[in-house]
Amino acid sequence: MKTCLVVDDSKVIRKVARHILETLDFEVREAGDGREALDSCLAEAPDVILLDWNMPVMSGMDFLRALKDSGIARRPKVVFCTTENGMAYIRAAIEAGADEYVMKPFDRETLESKLQIVGVA
Amino acid sequence: MHFPGTTLAASSSAMTIISALLEQRTGQQIAANRAWRIETALKPLLREKGLASLDQLVAQLVVTRTGELGDQVVDALLNQETSFFRDSAVLDMIADATKMIQAEAAGRKVRIWSSGCSTGQEPLSLAMLFDERGMGEGASAPEIVATDVSPAALARARAGHFSQFEIQRGLPVRRMMTWFDGNGGDWAAKPELLRRIQFRQHNLTADAPPPGKFDVVLCRNVMLYFSPDVRRDVFAILAAAIRPNGLLVLGAGETVIGLTDRFRPCDQYRGAYRAVEAAPAKRAAFG
Repeated sequence: MKTCLVVDDSKVIRKVARHILETLDFEVREAGDGREALDSCLAEAPDVILLDWNMPVMSGMDFLRALKDSGIARRPKVVFCTTENGMAYIRAAIEAGADEYVMKPFDRETLESKLQIVGVA
Repeated sequence: MHFPGTTLAASSSAMTIISALLEQRTGQQIAANRAWRIETALKPLLREKGLASLDQLVAQLVVTRTGELGDQVVDALLNQETSFFRDSAVLDMIADATKMIQAEAAGRKVRIWSSGCSTGQEPLSLAMLFDERGMGEGASAPEIVATDVSPAALARARAGHFSQFEIQRGLPVRRMMTWFDGNGGDWAAKPELLRRIQFRQHNLTADAPPPGKFDVVLCRNVMLYFSPDVRRDVFAILAAAIRPNGLLVLGAGETVIGLTDRFRPCDQYRGAYRAVEAAPAKRAAFG
């Protein structure tokens, strides 16, 4: 079973994502900000991360850089998942190392297709 | 709008007339056990027109006699579901096959027909894959002809605009960044991608195929709406439009088996069918 870490400061979004991911046969872990996510990854790397952009403590972009600098042995796939839907944001995220990008709101088909594209679904 | 004392439930004659209209315009049949779809699919149109029931809609259809309402009914009934890179392994296979065909074509332009292209995601996906394989523009670029029976779907395909939901369905973000401009809810295919495709309205069951022969024909998730008799006819039409040894690609659940001897499962490209020459007509015996 593949593992997905859902990183979002909104409990509602985490719950929606968890529900969809569980129907896609993922084991789901949650983090409320980038800092928690980094701890979770260093404890045990998931296969894929759904990553929000704007969060307290540590943003998605800061998390992405910290993950890169952490020297983690097996780097998880990262799918940005955010309400930011401008091309400049998308480009910045991909240049920072994200593998895919989902603009909120998303549905099951969108998420499934993006997870297939990064090779985990 | 609320209509006291009325319900949406339609008489069976209204259903029959609407089914007949769809079949006449598109060749598609609605199976009896899918008749419920008619009401669901037409509800928004009824609301828009301020009509209380399918019976009233049918009455309007009979009275107006202009094609426009009929077009709207047919558009509402067609299943226009599609997505970018739908069954992506199949599209990769088609792009690889096209590259091979082009290598053997000796300067001739390779021609692709995307039939039942709906709102255009299939031909756009092919155009992107061709570009990635060095067949984007110029002499080596295949000609892509994309057709659909629905004027509304085709108008959207020609415009090349997609909603946030559509643009994310199946389209990898790097390809989106390369080939689309947009912000937020509206994403537009770049003109240099869109112009690689010729869009045409075309009814598979009634119109002559686009002129010329094709090397590859995609007809995915179209046949399933036709009766076996109509499928036989359409396969014959497609066979006539494909070059000898050309490829036909159907949807995942569709087959030619038992319906035509003009196509055979292809060994080289799994899931595709190869056009074979029609069996020669028996020669009249002389003497």
